[in-house]
Formats: sequence, C-alpha cells, structure tokens
Amino acid sequence: MGLVYALIAAGLSLIFGLMEIVNFAHGEMLMLAMFASFWTWALWGLDPLLSLPLTAGLLAALGWATYRGLVRFILDAPMLAQIFATFGLAVFLRSGAQALWGADFHLVKDPLVEGRLVAAGVFVGLPQLVASGGALLAFGLLYLFITRTETGLALQATAQDRQAASLMGIDTQRMFALGWAIGGACVGVAGGLLTTFFYVFPEVGAPFALLAYVAVALGGFGNVPATLAGGVVVGLVEVLGGLLFDPSLKLIGVFGLYLVVVLWRPQGLFGRF
Amino acid sequence: MAHGRLALGVALLAAALLFPAFVTLPYPRDVLIRIFLFATLAQAWNVLAGYCGQISLGHAIFFGTGAYTSGVFVARDVASPWAAMLVGALLAVVLSQVVGAPVFRLRGHYFAIATIAVGEIVHILAVNWDFIGAARGLYIPIKRPDSLVNFQFHQSKAVYYYIVLGLLLLGLGVTRLIERSRLGYYFRAVREEQDAAASLGVPVARTKRVAFAISAALTAACGTFYAQYLLFIDPESVLPLSLSILICLVAVLGGVGTLWGPLVGAVVLIPLGEVTRIYLGGTGKALDLVIYGALIMIVSVVQPAGLVGIARRFRRAA
Repeated sequence: MGLVYALIAAGLSLIFGLMEIVNFAHGEMLMLAMFASFWTWALWGLDPLLSLPLTAGLLAALGWATYRGLVRFILDAPMLAQIFATFGLAVFLRSGAQALWGADFHLVKDPLVEGRLVAAGVFVGLPQLVASGGALLAFGLLYLFITRTETGLALQATAQDRQAASLMGIDTQRMFALGWAIGGACVGVAGGLLTTFFYVFPEVGAPFALLAYVAVALGGFGNVPATLAGGVVVGLVEVLGGLLFDPSLKLIGVFGLYLVVVLWRPQGLFGRF
Repeated sequence: MAHGRLALGVALLAAALLFPAFVTLPYPRDVLIRIFLFATLAQAWNVLAGYCGQISLGHAIFFGTGAYTSGVFVARDVASPWAAMLVGALLAVVLSQVVGAPVFRLRGHYFAIATIAVGEIVHILAVNWDFIGAARGLYIPIKRPDSLVNFQFHQSKAVYYYIVLGLLLLGLGVTRLIERSRLGYYFRAVREEQDAAASLGVPVARTKRVAFAISAALTAACGTFYAQYLLFIDPESVLPLSLSILICLVAVLGGVGTLWGPLVGAVVLIPLGEVTRIYLGGTGKALDLVIYGALIMIVSVVQPAGLVGIARRFRRAA
C-alpha cells in the first residue's frame, strides 16, 4: 500500500515542486481514475490491469485540462484563491461523480490476478503485490524520465527557477501543463492498480489524498524520489498502528506522524530547503 | 451614502426581527435559521482566515466541541445548555490554543493541511469515544415544557430563530469591532506579510492565537445551538471534514476578509442547496454540491474577494 501511496503522492509532489500549488483535487482525480478502470471493466470486460495505459492517458489528459482550464489563471493569485480553486474542483468532481454514478460501492469481480501468497506464515494478497510492483515500476519510469531525458531536465529547471528557465528558452507554460499531465498519469496508474482490490465510490479519493499529503510532507514537497520513502513510511505506520493499537485508530498514527514531522522538520525528512 | 447604508441596515434588521411574526410556517423559518447559523460559522472562520490569513480546514472540531459539551451536559443532567454554551466556548478556546501552539509555526499550505490532520484525528477519536456516544451519537433528551432555561422549544421555532439571529449579530459585531481596532490592523498585517509585520513590532504569535481563540469560541457557540436545535449529534454530523469545508465555502463564495461576505455567502448557498434538492431531485445526487464546486472555482479565478468583491467592483464602475 505504501508504494501506491507513494505513486499518488509523486504527482502531488511534482506539481507542488513546479509551481508551489497544492492540488486539493488530487484525491478526486484518483477517484476518477478508479471509476475509469471500473467502467472499462463493467462495459467492455477489460481488466483494470490491462486498461492501465488507457486510464493513465485519460488522467493525463484531465491533468492537462485542469492546468489549461483552471490552474493557469491562479498562478500568481493569492494563496487563498489557489487553495480554493482546486478545492472547488475537488467538490465539483466528487459530487459530479456522485450525481452521475450514485454513491454506491462498486467492485471489479474476477480480476485477472487474485488469491494470495503464503510466505513464512504471512499472507500477502496477490493483487496487492502486483499493485506494489506496478507502482514501483511506474515510479522508476517517472524517476528516469525526470532525471535522464531533456524534457525531464527542463521540468526540473522550471521547478528550480521559473524565470531563469524561461530565459533559457524553456516554455514554462508547456512545462507546467506537462507537470499536471504527468501528475494525472501517476494518479491514473495508481487508480488502475487500486481498482483490482479496492472498492470504487465517489468518496474514495479523500482518504487516499490525505495519506498522499502526509507522504509528500514526509518526503519534502517538491522532492519526487523522497516521496517514495514518505509513501512507504505512511504505509508502514498505518499497518503497524492498526496492529499495535486498534485498527479503527490506525489513521491517528499517520496524522500524528505528519504533525510531528512538519513541526520538527518542516522541509520533510529529506527536504532540500 | 453613509445615511443610505445605515437606513438599509436598519431596514434589514427590522425585516429580520419581524420575519417570524409574518411567516409562521416552520420550513421557511428553518431555512433562515440555517442561513444564519452558517453565516455565523463562516464569520467565525473569516475572523481567522479572512482577516488573519490562517486558512483552517479543521474548524469542525470547535463546532463539535460546542455541540458535544451541551449534548453531554443535558444528556447527563450536569447543567443547562446555556452553561454548556459558555463552557463549550471556553473548551474550544483551550483546544484552539493547544492546537495552535504547534500548528501556527507552519505557514500557508502546510498550515491548511495540518488543520485537516488535526480535524481528522479529533473525528476518529470521537468515533471511538464511548463517553460521548462514540459512532452511535448522542440523543439530547426532550424536556418539557418549552423554556428558555432548557433551551428547547417544540411549539415554535421562533425562539430558535431569535437566538441564532443573536449569534449572527454577535458575530457581525465582533468582526466589526476587530475591523476597527488595533487588533484588526495586526490581523491584516500578519495576513499580508508575516515577516514584515514582525519586524514592525506586531506580536505575530500572539495575534494568531487571539484570532484563533475568538474564532473557536464563536464556532463552539454555534455548535451548542446546533445540538439544542436538532437534539441529536454524532461525529458524522458535527465533526466531518465536509463540514469544515462547507464553512469555508460559504465564506469564500461571499467574500473572504469582508464583514458582510459570510452572510452573503450563506444567503446564496443555503437556499441554492434547498432549491437544487427540491427541483432536481435530492436523494444522494449531490447536485447542489456540483454547483457549489463550480461556483467556488469561478469565484477563485475571477474574483478572489467573492461576491462582495464583485459587487464592490460594480459600484466603483457605476
């Protein structure tokens, strides 16, 4: 689970690093990704794992559209407007999904991968294992993209200094849009992976988004590789908290950890600044 | 101009005071009660977020504090709900200081997310706390006959109406006082540029704490009113993140950092919710929220000062 959190958080972190805007609609984008893979399964019988590229593409388009249609206008707006623009989007998407598809829980039946592994007395669900592997793979690809390709380097340059980057001939508007598209794609992959073993419903995004914020804060906003570590820590704390205390109290551990970390090291565990 | 505005204010107040005398149907009264309740909540939030610039997304915890204090007081026969309103407000102030001490060290987005985290922690604790009914919620026993002492009125909603109107006037009055006082200038200085304010001798930490305390106390008073009005509370109705968000939405739509914004926002949003529920079919469709979301996006992009800001722009153009 931690790896999936990390993937969700990666998009968030990337967007924040680029333009210092927190996407409060991130959870809702995840929800849409899960609905997309649910519907491709329900209508065309396509397994969520097979429709992953489609879901990722759709969400990348959504991320791009969000930037072009909404975020572009609030880049230099006061912080309040920035927070509430994406917040409004979150409310809009969530209730829109509820209006279109109802508040019911959906589940993909007979997924491609099911069952569980038993290793040394520990049960590991196969879909969860596949999801972790997939998330790790996607994360690796993302990392290679931003560190090894020219576009990725341009993206990093834009994150470091918007003006300097545009003086160097980088089209920052395009980079911002690209950042949102990549963020969307990450969420798309995460959503597709989650759908193999998790219920799909309009409110599903919020808890994941909250955990993703925690993961991002742990890793340090804007630092994509560290987000991976943050996500894993969140996943571990969640599971351990449920084991050591009461399962219903497990999220307190996660949020408590967030508070301790931001107070003790506001730049995150691996933060640069 | 000043005279015209004063006359308008007096006329509105008179209309508000006389409303229950002319409209005796319970439903319109209920809608107005909720408009006033949310206007007051949004005003309380506005003191902290609008004037002092600290965007809290966990205000439901103070609402819950007020609601649960009166719930426990009445259900266990400790004292009257009025005492609960005071104690609840006090508890909320204490809670705000406990939360504020660490959280105010954070800025901007970090602060907003930290308040979400605090709100969720309190929510989960309440769901698991048996003394206050845990997830089952708390019924407030009905006391007869209707009396001001019991804070319960089953014959007519008129008294509830006047109480919540009083709360609203209190909220507006407090905000007005703050706007005009040195404290108000401190608030705005902290909002605009914290470091510059500090270098000019504004006690930043204390200013934030004061703003949080005022905001929390007023929110808790609304919580007590809510508990006495509905006579049933549970964590899902008084502590969810969605309530914290609704409070912000009302203020943001109307106009953050303005005296009348929260009232304007509530006057627009609450009836809008009613109308969409009635005409577009309610059950679980959440169409009202679709419209809220769209409105908030448009307002944030076009005019961050909300409807009040748009009105001001028109007046200037005219």
